[in-house]
Amino acid sequence: MNQTLVSYLSQYEFYDVLLGIFGKNEGLLAFVIYLLFAGAIVGLCATIGGLGTYAERKISADIQQRIGPNRVGPYGILQFLADGVKMITKEDVMPNTADKFLFYLAPMLALIGVFATLAVLPWSNGFMMADLNVGIFYLIAISSLVGVSVFLGGYASNSKWSMLGGMRGASQIISYEIPVTISILSITLLAGGMGFGTILSQQQGTPIHWYIFHNPFAFIAFFVYFIGALAETNRAPFDLPEAESELVSGYHTEYTGMRFGFFALAEYIEVFVVCGVGAALFLGGGNLPFNVQIDIIPLQLFQVVIFMTKALILYYVVIWIRWTFPRLRVDQLMSICWKYLTPIAIFNLVGNAVWIVVFNGKSIADLVFGGH
Amino acid sequence: MTPAQFDGLMPIVILMGIAVLLFAGGHFVSVLLAPKKPSLLKETPYECGEQPVGSAWSAFNVRFYVVGLIFIIFDVESVLMFPVASIFKELNEVGEGGYALIVFLSFISVLIEGIAYCWKKGDLDWVKSFQVSSKK
Repeated sequence: MNQTLVSYLSQYEFYDVLLGIFGKNEGLLAFVIYLLFAGAIVGLCATIGGLGTYAERKISADIQQRIGPNRVGPYGILQFLADGVKMITKEDVMPNTADKFLFYLAPMLALIGVFATLAVLPWSNGFMMADLNVGIFYLIAISSLVGVSVFLGGYASNSKWSMLGGMRGASQIISYEIPVTISILSITLLAGGMGFGTILSQQQGTPIHWYIFHNPFAFIAFFVYFIGALAETNRAPFDLPEAESELVSGYHTEYTGMRFGFFALAEYIEVFVVCGVGAALFLGGGNLPFNVQIDIIPLQLFQVVIFMTKALILYYVVIWIRWTFPRLRVDQLMSICWKYLTPIAIFNLVGNAVWIVVFNGKSIADLVFGGH
Repeated sequence: MTPAQFDGLMPIVILMGIAVLLFAGGHFVSVLLAPKKPSLLKETPYECGEQPVGSAWSAFNVRFYVVGLIFIIFDVESVLMFPVASIFKELNEVGEGGYALIVFLSFISVLIEGIAYCWKKGDLDWVKSFQVSSKK
Protein backbone atom coordinates (compact mmCIF):
# COMPACT_ATOMS: atom_id res chain seq x y z
CA MET A 1 0.00 0.00 0.00
CA ASN A 2 1.12 3.54 -0.69
CA GLN A 3 2.11 5.79 2.18
CA THR A 4 1.12 9.39 1.65
CA LEU A 5 1.55 12.69 3.39
CA VAL A 6 -2.01 12.48 4.71
CA SER A 7 -1.54 9.01 6.14
CA TYR A 8 1.64 10.28 7.80
CA LEU A 9 -0.04 13.35 9.28
CA SER A 10 -3.01 11.32 10.48
CA GLN A 11 -0.90 9.89 13.32
CA TYR A 12 -0.79 13.33 14.96
CA GLU A 13 -3.49 14.74 17.16
CA PHE A 14 -4.05 17.91 15.15
CA TYR A 15 -5.23 15.79 12.24
CA ASP A 16 -8.34 14.85 14.22
CA VAL A 17 -8.93 18.50 15.04
CA LEU A 18 -8.65 19.40 11.37
CA LEU A 19 -10.95 16.53 10.50
CA GLY A 20 -13.51 17.99 12.88
CA ILE A 21 -13.26 21.37 11.13
CA PHE A 22 -13.84 19.77 7.75
CA GLY A 23 -16.91 17.93 8.99
CA LYS A 24 -15.36 14.43 8.94
CA ASN A 25 -14.87 14.66 5.17
CA GLU A 26 -11.51 12.90 4.77
CA GLY A 27 -11.38 13.29 1.01
CA LEU A 28 -11.80 17.06 1.21
CA LEU A 29 -9.23 17.39 4.00
CA ALA A 30 -6.76 15.28 2.02
CA PHE A 31 -7.33 17.52 -0.99
CA VAL A 32 -6.71 20.68 1.03
CA ILE A 33 -3.55 19.28 2.67
CA TYR A 34 -2.18 18.15 -0.68
CA LEU A 35 -3.04 21.48 -2.28
CA LEU A 36 -1.24 23.43 0.45
CA PHE A 37 1.85 21.24 0.27
CA ALA A 38 1.85 21.20 -3.52
CA GLY A 39 1.70 25.00 -3.49
CA ALA A 40 4.53 25.17 -0.96
CA ILE A 41 6.69 22.69 -2.86
CA VAL A 42 6.10 24.37 -6.22
CA GLY A 43 6.90 27.74 -4.68
CA LEU A 44 10.04 26.38 -3.09
CA CYS A 45 11.18 24.67 -6.28
CA ALA A 46 10.42 27.70 -8.43
CA THR A 47 12.53 29.77 -6.05
CA ILE A 48 15.30 27.18 -6.18
CA GLY A 49 15.05 27.19 -9.97
CA GLY A 50 15.20 30.98 -10.04
CA LEU A 51 18.07 31.13 -7.60
CA GLY A 52 19.67 28.38 -9.68
CA THR A 53 19.98 30.74 -12.62
CA TYR A 54 21.45 33.35 -10.28
CA ALA A 55 23.83 30.80 -8.70
CA GLU A 56 24.87 29.63 -12.13
CA ARG A 57 25.84 33.13 -13.22
CA LYS A 58 27.50 33.97 -9.93
CA ILE A 59 29.50 30.74 -9.73
CA SER A 60 30.54 30.98 -13.37
CA ALA A 61 31.64 34.54 -12.72
CA ASP A 62 33.64 33.33 -9.75
CA ILE A 63 35.28 30.60 -11.81
CA GLN A 64 36.13 33.04 -14.60
CA GLN A 65 37.23 35.76 -12.15
CA ARG A 66 34.41 38.14 -12.97
CA ILE A 67 31.93 39.77 -10.62
CA GLY A 68 28.68 38.53 -12.12
CA PRO A 69 25.22 40.03 -11.52
CA ASN A 70 25.46 42.60 -8.72
CA ARG A 71 22.91 45.32 -9.51
CA VAL A 72 19.47 43.99 -8.56
CA GLY A 73 19.14 43.66 -4.81
CA PRO A 74 21.99 42.84 -2.40
CA TYR A 75 24.74 41.04 -4.35
CA GLY A 76 22.34 40.82 -7.28
CA ILE A 77 20.29 38.11 -5.58
CA LEU A 78 17.00 39.45 -6.96
CA GLN A 79 18.29 39.08 -10.52
CA PHE A 80 15.95 36.15 -11.21
CA LEU A 81 12.90 38.25 -10.34
CA ALA A 82 14.05 40.94 -12.75
CA ASP A 83 14.57 38.26 -15.40
CA GLY A 84 11.09 36.91 -14.73
CA VAL A 85 9.50 40.35 -15.12
CA LYS A 86 11.45 40.86 -18.32
CA MET A 87 10.23 37.54 -19.71
CA ILE A 88 6.58 38.31 -18.91
CA THR A 89 6.70 41.70 -20.58
CA LYS A 90 8.51 40.50 -23.70
CA GLU A 91 6.66 40.15 -26.95
CA ASP A 92 5.55 36.63 -27.71
CA VAL A 93 6.75 35.78 -31.20
CA MET A 94 5.82 32.61 -33.00
CA PRO A 95 7.09 31.65 -36.47
CA ASN A 96 4.24 31.83 -38.96
CA THR A 97 5.11 28.40 -40.32
CA ALA A 98 5.13 26.75 -36.89
CA ASP A 99 2.70 24.09 -35.73
CA LYS A 100 0.75 26.31 -33.35
CA PHE A 101 -0.81 23.65 -31.14
CA LEU A 102 2.43 21.75 -30.55
CA PHE A 103 4.30 25.02 -30.12
CA TYR A 104 2.02 25.85 -27.18
CA LEU A 105 2.02 22.29 -25.87
CA ALA A 106 5.79 21.75 -25.63
CA PRO A 107 6.68 24.06 -22.69
CA MET A 108 3.55 22.92 -20.86
CA LEU A 109 4.59 19.28 -21.19
CA ALA A 110 8.00 20.16 -19.79
CA LEU A 111 6.37 21.84 -16.79
CA ILE A 112 3.92 18.97 -16.23
CA GLY A 113 6.68 16.36 -16.44
CA VAL A 114 8.89 18.18 -13.96
CA PHE A 115 6.14 19.11 -11.50
CA ALA A 116 4.77 15.57 -11.47
CA THR A 117 8.18 14.25 -10.37
CA LEU A 118 8.01 16.56 -7.34
CA ALA A 119 5.18 14.41 -5.94
CA VAL A 120 7.49 11.54 -5.01
CA LEU A 121 10.59 13.56 -4.11
CA PRO A 122 11.44 12.52 -0.52
CA TRP A 123 11.90 15.74 1.43
CA SER A 124 12.03 13.75 4.66
CA ASN A 125 10.75 10.44 5.98
CA GLY A 126 7.29 11.88 6.55
CA PHE A 127 7.05 14.81 4.19
CA MET A 128 6.64 12.94 0.96
CA MET A 129 3.58 13.96 -0.98
CA ALA A 130 3.14 10.36 -2.04
CA ASP A 131 5.48 7.52 -1.14
CA LEU A 132 4.33 5.32 -4.02
CA ASN A 133 5.47 1.73 -3.88
CA VAL A 134 6.74 2.21 -7.44
CA GLY A 135 8.29 5.60 -6.54
CA ILE A 136 11.54 5.63 -8.47
CA PHE A 137 9.99 3.77 -11.40
CA TYR A 138 7.25 6.37 -11.62
CA LEU A 139 9.87 9.11 -11.51
CA ILE A 140 11.82 7.66 -14.44
CA ALA A 141 8.63 7.21 -16.42
CA ILE A 142 7.13 10.64 -15.86
CA SER A 143 10.38 12.55 -16.31
CA SER A 144 10.64 11.26 -19.88
CA LEU A 145 7.84 13.72 -20.66
CA VAL A 146 10.61 16.32 -20.62
CA GLY A 147 12.34 14.48 -23.47
CA VAL A 148 9.09 14.54 -25.42
CA SER A 149 8.74 18.26 -24.82
CA VAL A 150 12.30 18.92 -26.00
CA PHE A 151 11.61 17.10 -29.24
CA LEU A 152 8.17 18.67 -29.69
CA GLY A 153 9.58 22.13 -29.11
CA GLY A 154 12.22 21.53 -31.76
CA TYR A 155 9.78 20.03 -34.21
CA ALA A 156 6.94 22.51 -33.80
CA SER A 157 9.13 25.58 -34.37
CA ASN A 158 9.75 24.59 -37.99
CA SER A 159 13.20 26.14 -37.84
CA LYS A 160 16.28 24.21 -38.83
CA TRP A 161 18.24 25.05 -35.71
CA SER A 162 15.34 24.00 -33.52
CA MET A 163 14.86 20.80 -35.46
CA LEU A 164 18.53 19.86 -35.12
CA GLY A 165 18.48 20.69 -31.43
CA GLY A 166 15.28 18.76 -30.85
CA MET A 167 16.57 15.71 -32.69
CA ARG A 168 19.84 15.76 -30.79
CA GLY A 169 18.01 16.36 -27.53
CA ALA A 170 15.63 13.46 -28.04
CA SER A 171 18.37 11.00 -29.01
CA GLN A 172 20.60 12.17 -26.14
CA ILE A 173 17.89 12.01 -23.49
CA ILE A 174 16.68 8.56 -24.49
CA SER A 175 20.23 7.22 -24.80
CA TYR A 176 21.34 8.36 -21.36
CA GLU A 177 18.14 7.08 -19.83
CA ILE A 178 19.56 3.55 -20.18
CA PRO A 179 22.63 3.89 -17.90
CA VAL A 180 20.58 5.97 -15.44
CA THR A 181 17.81 3.38 -15.31
CA ILE A 182 20.23 0.50 -14.87
CA SER A 183 22.08 2.35 -12.09
CA ILE A 184 18.77 2.94 -10.33
CA LEU A 185 18.02 -0.75 -10.87
CA SER A 186 21.13 -1.55 -8.81
CA ILE A 187 19.73 0.48 -5.92
CA THR A 188 16.35 -1.23 -6.29
CA LEU A 189 18.20 -4.51 -6.02
CA LEU A 190 19.97 -3.45 -2.83
CA ALA A 191 16.89 -1.90 -1.23
CA GLY A 192 14.46 -4.61 -2.22
CA GLY A 193 11.82 -2.13 -3.30
CA MET A 194 11.14 0.81 -5.55
CA GLY A 195 9.52 3.18 -3.06
CA PHE A 196 11.57 6.05 -1.67
CA GLY A 197 10.41 5.16 1.85
CA THR A 198 11.91 1.68 1.51
CA ILE A 199 15.12 2.97 0.01
CA LEU A 200 15.59 5.68 2.64
CA SER A 201 14.72 3.52 5.64
CA GLN A 202 17.72 1.29 4.93
CA GLN A 203 20.24 4.11 4.80
CA GLN A 204 19.62 5.39 8.31
CA GLY A 205 22.52 6.29 10.53
CA THR A 206 26.07 7.41 9.87
CA PRO A 207 27.33 7.96 6.31
CA ILE A 208 28.80 4.46 6.09
CA HIS A 209 25.23 3.18 5.78
CA TRP A 210 24.57 5.22 2.65
CA TYR A 211 24.14 3.17 -0.49
CA ILE A 212 27.12 4.85 -2.15
CA PHE A 213 29.33 3.11 0.43
CA HIS A 214 27.34 -0.13 0.41
CA ASN A 215 29.73 -1.92 -1.93
CA PRO A 216 32.22 -0.97 -4.67
CA PHE A 217 29.65 -1.48 -7.41
CA ALA A 218 27.17 0.90 -5.82
CA PHE A 219 29.98 3.42 -5.52
CA ILE A 220 30.58 3.31 -9.28
CA ALA A 221 26.83 3.28 -9.93
CA PHE A 222 26.54 6.71 -8.28
CA PHE A 223 28.95 8.24 -10.77
CA VAL A 224 27.25 6.53 -13.70
CA TYR A 225 23.93 7.90 -12.42
CA PHE A 226 25.33 11.38 -12.00
CA ILE A 227 26.92 11.56 -15.45
CA GLY A 228 23.77 10.18 -17.04
CA ALA A 229 21.63 12.64 -15.10
CA LEU A 230 23.78 15.53 -16.35
CA ALA A 231 23.14 14.39 -19.89
CA GLU A 232 19.43 13.86 -19.30
CA THR A 233 18.97 17.40 -18.08
CA ASN A 234 20.99 18.76 -21.04
CA ARG A 235 23.65 20.22 -18.80
CA ALA A 236 27.17 20.91 -19.97
CA PRO A 237 29.35 19.09 -20.99
CA PHE A 238 26.32 17.36 -22.53
CA ASP A 239 24.47 20.50 -23.63
CA LEU A 240 24.49 19.58 -27.31
CA PRO A 241 20.74 20.17 -27.82
CA GLU A 242 21.24 23.83 -26.97
CA ALA A 243 24.87 24.27 -27.92
CA GLU A 244 24.92 28.01 -28.44
CA SER A 245 28.08 28.06 -30.51
CA GLU A 246 26.79 25.64 -33.13
CA LEU A 247 22.97 25.56 -32.91
CA VAL A 248 22.13 29.16 -31.91
CA SER A 249 19.99 28.03 -29.00
CA GLY A 250 18.83 24.56 -29.99
CA TYR A 251 15.26 23.49 -29.46
CA HIS A 252 14.13 26.78 -27.93
CA THR A 253 15.60 29.05 -30.62
CA GLU A 254 12.14 30.25 -31.64
CA TYR A 255 10.75 30.52 -28.12
CA THR A 256 10.50 33.97 -26.62
CA GLY A 257 9.09 35.56 -23.51
CA MET A 258 7.06 33.50 -21.11
CA ARG A 259 7.26 30.22 -23.00
CA PHE A 260 11.03 30.35 -23.02
CA GLY A 261 10.85 31.18 -19.33
CA PHE A 262 8.83 28.02 -18.68
CA PHE A 263 11.37 25.91 -20.56
CA ALA A 264 14.17 27.42 -18.49
CA LEU A 265 12.22 27.00 -15.25
CA ALA A 266 11.47 23.36 -16.03
CA GLU A 267 15.11 22.72 -16.85
CA TYR A 268 16.43 24.23 -13.63
CA ILE A 269 13.85 22.46 -11.48
CA GLU A 270 14.69 19.20 -13.23
CA VAL A 271 18.34 19.64 -12.34
CA PHE A 272 17.29 20.05 -8.72
CA VAL A 273 15.08 16.96 -8.97
CA VAL A 274 17.84 14.73 -10.34
CA CYS A 275 20.21 16.06 -7.67
CA GLY A 276 17.59 15.31 -5.03
CA VAL A 277 17.05 11.82 -6.38
CA GLY A 278 20.80 11.24 -6.39
CA ALA A 279 20.97 12.42 -2.79
CA ALA A 280 18.06 10.18 -1.78
CA LEU A 281 19.21 7.05 -3.60
CA PHE A 282 22.93 7.15 -2.88
CA LEU A 283 23.63 9.70 -0.17
CA GLY A 284 21.06 8.84 2.47
CA GLY A 285 18.54 11.56 1.61
CA GLY A 286 17.17 13.36 4.62
CA ASN A 287 18.17 10.72 7.13
CA LEU A 288 19.60 12.02 10.38
CA PRO A 289 23.19 11.00 11.07
CA PHE A 290 22.12 9.45 14.39
CA ASN A 291 19.32 7.16 15.48
CA VAL A 292 16.28 8.71 17.09
CA GLN A 293 13.16 6.90 18.10
CA ILE A 294 10.85 9.89 18.52
CA ASP A 295 9.05 11.35 15.50
CA ILE A 296 8.13 15.00 15.82
CA ILE A 297 7.52 17.72 13.23
CA PRO A 298 10.67 19.83 14.01
CA LEU A 299 12.80 16.75 13.44
CA GLN A 300 11.12 16.26 10.09
CA LEU A 301 11.90 19.87 9.18
CA PHE A 302 15.51 19.25 10.15
CA GLN A 303 15.50 16.27 7.76
CA VAL A 304 14.23 18.56 5.01
CA VAL A 305 17.21 20.84 5.68
CA ILE A 306 19.61 17.89 5.46
CA PHE A 307 18.04 16.69 2.22
CA MET A 308 18.17 20.17 0.70
CA THR A 309 21.80 20.58 1.73
CA LYS A 310 22.84 17.35 0.02
CA ALA A 311 20.82 18.13 -3.10
CA LEU A 312 22.19 21.66 -3.31
CA ILE A 313 25.77 20.45 -2.91
CA LEU A 314 25.17 18.20 -5.91
CA TYR A 315 23.61 21.19 -7.67
CA TYR A 316 26.80 23.13 -7.05
CA VAL A 317 28.82 20.28 -8.54
CA VAL A 318 26.59 20.34 -11.63
CA ILE A 319 27.27 24.04 -12.15
CA TRP A 320 30.94 23.58 -11.39
CA ILE A 321 31.19 20.83 -14.03
CA ARG A 322 29.43 23.04 -16.55
CA TRP A 323 32.02 25.78 -16.31
CA THR A 324 35.00 23.44 -16.15
CA PHE A 325 34.63 20.94 -18.98
CA PRO A 326 34.40 21.63 -22.71
CA ARG A 327 31.41 20.39 -24.66
CA LEU A 328 31.53 16.94 -26.24
CA ARG A 329 31.15 16.19 -29.93
CA VAL A 330 28.00 14.35 -30.91
CA ASP A 331 29.84 11.12 -31.78
CA GLN A 332 31.76 11.25 -28.48
CA LEU A 333 28.44 11.74 -26.72
CA MET A 334 26.99 8.58 -28.20
CA SER A 335 30.10 6.49 -27.67
CA ILE A 336 30.37 7.57 -24.02
CA CYS A 337 26.79 6.51 -23.45
CA TRP A 338 26.65 3.23 -25.32
CA LYS A 339 30.26 2.03 -25.19
CA TYR A 340 31.25 3.14 -21.69
CA LEU A 341 28.38 4.04 -19.38
CA THR A 342 25.92 1.33 -20.40
CA PRO A 343 28.40 -1.60 -20.13
CA ILE A 344 29.69 -0.19 -16.82
CA ALA A 345 26.12 0.13 -15.56
CA ILE A 346 25.32 -3.47 -16.55
CA PHE A 347 28.54 -4.61 -14.88
CA ASN A 348 27.48 -2.78 -11.72
CA LEU A 349 24.08 -4.42 -11.84
CA VAL A 350 25.59 -7.89 -12.12
CA GLY A 351 28.12 -7.02 -9.40
CA ASN A 352 25.39 -5.87 -7.05
CA ALA A 353 23.32 -9.00 -7.66
CA VAL A 354 26.30 -11.26 -6.99
CA TRP A 355 27.24 -9.20 -3.91
CA ILE A 356 23.77 -9.66 -2.43
CA VAL A 357 23.90 -13.43 -2.88
CA VAL A 358 27.50 -13.87 -1.73
CA PHE A 359 27.44 -11.54 1.28
CA ASN A 360 23.75 -12.02 2.03
CA GLY A 361 22.84 -8.40 1.36
CA LYS A 362 25.30 -6.96 3.87
CA SER A 363 27.17 -3.75 3.19
CA ILE A 364 30.91 -3.26 3.68
CA ALA A 365 30.20 -1.46 6.96
CA ASP A 366 28.15 -4.42 8.21
CA LEU A 367 30.91 -6.85 7.24
CA VAL A 368 33.64 -4.81 8.92
CA PHE A 369 31.85 -3.68 12.05
CA GLY A 370 29.25 -6.41 12.25
CA GLY A 371 25.63 -5.59 12.87
CA HIS A 372 22.26 -5.37 11.16
CA MET B 1 -13.86 8.30 0.59
CA THR B 2 -11.45 7.33 -2.14
CA PRO B 3 -10.13 3.78 -2.29
CA ALA B 4 -6.80 3.50 -0.49
CA GLN B 5 -4.79 2.44 -3.51
CA PHE B 6 -5.59 5.67 -5.33
CA ASP B 7 -4.53 7.89 -2.42
CA GLY B 8 -1.06 8.40 -3.84
CA LEU B 9 -2.40 9.61 -7.16
CA MET B 10 -4.20 12.67 -5.82
CA PRO B 11 -1.05 14.78 -5.22
CA ILE B 12 0.24 13.87 -8.68
CA VAL B 13 -2.95 15.08 -10.33
CA ILE B 14 -2.86 18.23 -8.17
CA LEU B 15 0.75 18.98 -9.15
CA MET B 16 -0.01 18.45 -12.83
CA GLY B 17 -2.99 20.76 -12.46
CA ILE B 18 -0.77 23.40 -10.85
CA ALA B 19 1.63 23.09 -13.80
CA VAL B 20 -1.20 23.66 -16.28
CA LEU B 21 -2.59 26.58 -14.25
CA LEU B 22 0.85 28.15 -13.91
CA PHE B 23 1.38 27.88 -17.66
CA ALA B 24 -2.03 29.32 -18.43
CA GLY B 25 -1.63 32.06 -15.83
CA GLY B 26 1.82 33.08 -17.03
CA HIS B 27 0.49 33.16 -20.55
CA PHE B 28 -2.49 35.27 -19.54
CA VAL B 29 -0.34 37.84 -17.71
CA SER B 30 2.04 37.91 -20.67
CA VAL B 31 -0.84 38.58 -23.06
CA LEU B 32 -1.98 41.46 -20.84
CA LEU B 33 1.42 43.08 -20.38
CA ALA B 34 3.50 42.27 -23.43
CA PRO B 35 3.44 44.36 -26.59
CA LYS B 36 2.01 42.75 -29.71
CA LYS B 37 3.34 44.19 -32.93
CA PRO B 38 3.71 41.29 -35.35
CA SER B 39 5.49 41.82 -38.61
CA LEU B 40 6.41 39.48 -41.42
CA LEU B 41 10.14 39.51 -40.69
CA LYS B 42 9.62 38.90 -37.00
CA GLU B 43 7.58 35.82 -37.70
CA THR B 44 10.08 34.20 -40.04
CA PRO B 45 12.01 31.31 -38.50
CA TYR B 46 15.55 32.30 -37.62
CA GLU B 47 18.10 31.19 -40.16
CA CYS B 48 21.06 33.47 -39.53
CA GLY B 49 19.29 36.46 -41.03
CA GLU B 50 18.74 34.88 -44.43
CA GLN B 51 15.39 34.00 -45.98
CA PRO B 52 14.62 30.47 -44.78
CA VAL B 53 15.13 27.88 -47.50
CA GLY B 54 12.32 25.35 -47.51
CA SER B 55 10.67 23.79 -44.51
CA ALA B 56 12.55 22.26 -41.60
CA TRP B 57 10.24 19.25 -41.71
CA SER B 58 12.28 17.29 -44.19
CA ALA B 59 13.96 13.92 -44.30
CA PHE B 60 16.31 13.46 -41.39
CA ASN B 61 19.41 11.45 -40.66
CA VAL B 62 18.54 7.79 -40.13
CA ARG B 63 21.02 7.63 -37.22
CA PHE B 64 18.41 9.04 -34.87
CA TYR B 65 16.00 6.29 -35.87
CA VAL B 66 18.56 3.59 -35.09
CA VAL B 67 19.29 5.18 -31.70
CA GLY B 68 15.56 5.17 -31.02
CA LEU B 69 15.32 1.48 -31.88
CA ILE B 70 18.25 0.51 -29.64
CA PHE B 71 16.74 2.59 -26.84
CA ILE B 72 13.40 0.80 -27.06
CA ILE B 73 15.07 -2.62 -26.78
CA PHE B 74 17.09 -1.64 -23.71
CA ASP B 75 14.32 0.31 -22.09
CA VAL B 76 11.84 -2.55 -22.33
CA GLU B 77 14.42 -4.94 -20.93
CA SER B 78 15.27 -2.70 -18.01
CA VAL B 79 11.56 -2.18 -17.31
CA LEU B 80 11.12 -5.94 -17.19
CA MET B 81 13.99 -6.23 -14.71
CA PHE B 82 12.44 -3.85 -12.16
CA PRO B 83 9.96 -6.37 -10.66
CA VAL B 84 12.71 -8.98 -10.37
CA ALA B 85 15.06 -6.47 -8.77
CA SER B 86 12.53 -5.43 -6.16
CA ILE B 87 11.95 -8.98 -4.87
CA PHE B 88 15.53 -10.20 -5.35
CA LYS B 89 16.49 -9.44 -1.75
CA GLU B 90 13.45 -11.26 -0.38
CA LEU B 91 14.23 -14.28 -2.52
CA ASN B 92 17.77 -14.24 -1.15
CA GLU B 93 16.47 -14.11 2.41
CA VAL B 94 14.33 -17.21 1.95
CA GLY B 95 17.33 -19.06 0.51
CA GLU B 96 16.45 -18.89 -3.18
CA GLY B 97 19.25 -16.42 -3.88
CA GLY B 98 21.34 -18.67 -6.11
CA TYR B 99 18.40 -19.66 -8.25
CA ALA B 100 17.23 -16.04 -8.56
CA LEU B 101 20.76 -14.97 -9.46
CA ILE B 102 20.98 -17.52 -12.27
CA VAL B 103 17.63 -16.43 -13.71
CA PHE B 104 18.58 -12.78 -13.35
CA LEU B 105 21.99 -13.26 -14.98
CA SER B 106 20.54 -15.24 -17.87
CA PHE B 107 18.15 -12.37 -18.50
CA ILE B 108 20.96 -9.81 -18.34
CA SER B 109 23.05 -11.94 -20.69
CA VAL B 110 20.36 -11.39 -23.34
CA LEU B 111 20.80 -7.67 -22.75
CA ILE B 112 24.58 -7.95 -23.07
CA GLU B 113 24.16 -10.01 -26.20
CA GLY B 114 22.01 -7.25 -27.66
CA ILE B 115 24.56 -4.54 -26.97
CA ALA B 116 27.40 -6.72 -28.29
CA TYR B 117 25.47 -7.31 -31.51
CA CYS B 118 24.80 -3.60 -32.00
CA TRP B 119 28.44 -2.84 -31.25
CA LYS B 120 29.67 -5.43 -33.76
CA LYS B 121 27.32 -4.11 -36.43
CA GLY B 122 28.73 -0.63 -35.89
CA ASP B 123 25.39 0.87 -34.86
CA LEU B 124 26.88 2.36 -31.71
CA ASP B 125 29.24 4.54 -33.75
CA TRP B 126 27.78 7.87 -34.71
CA VAL B 127 29.47 7.75 -38.09
CA LYS B 128 29.04 4.15 -39.11
CA SER B 129 32.22 2.83 -40.65
CA PHE B 130 31.33 1.41 -44.03
CA GLN B 131 34.63 -0.39 -44.38
CA VAL B 132 33.64 -2.85 -41.69
CA SER B 133 30.43 -3.81 -43.46
CA SER B 134 32.01 -3.95 -46.93
CA LYS B 135 34.68 -6.43 -45.82
CA LYS B 136 32.20 -9.29 -45.90
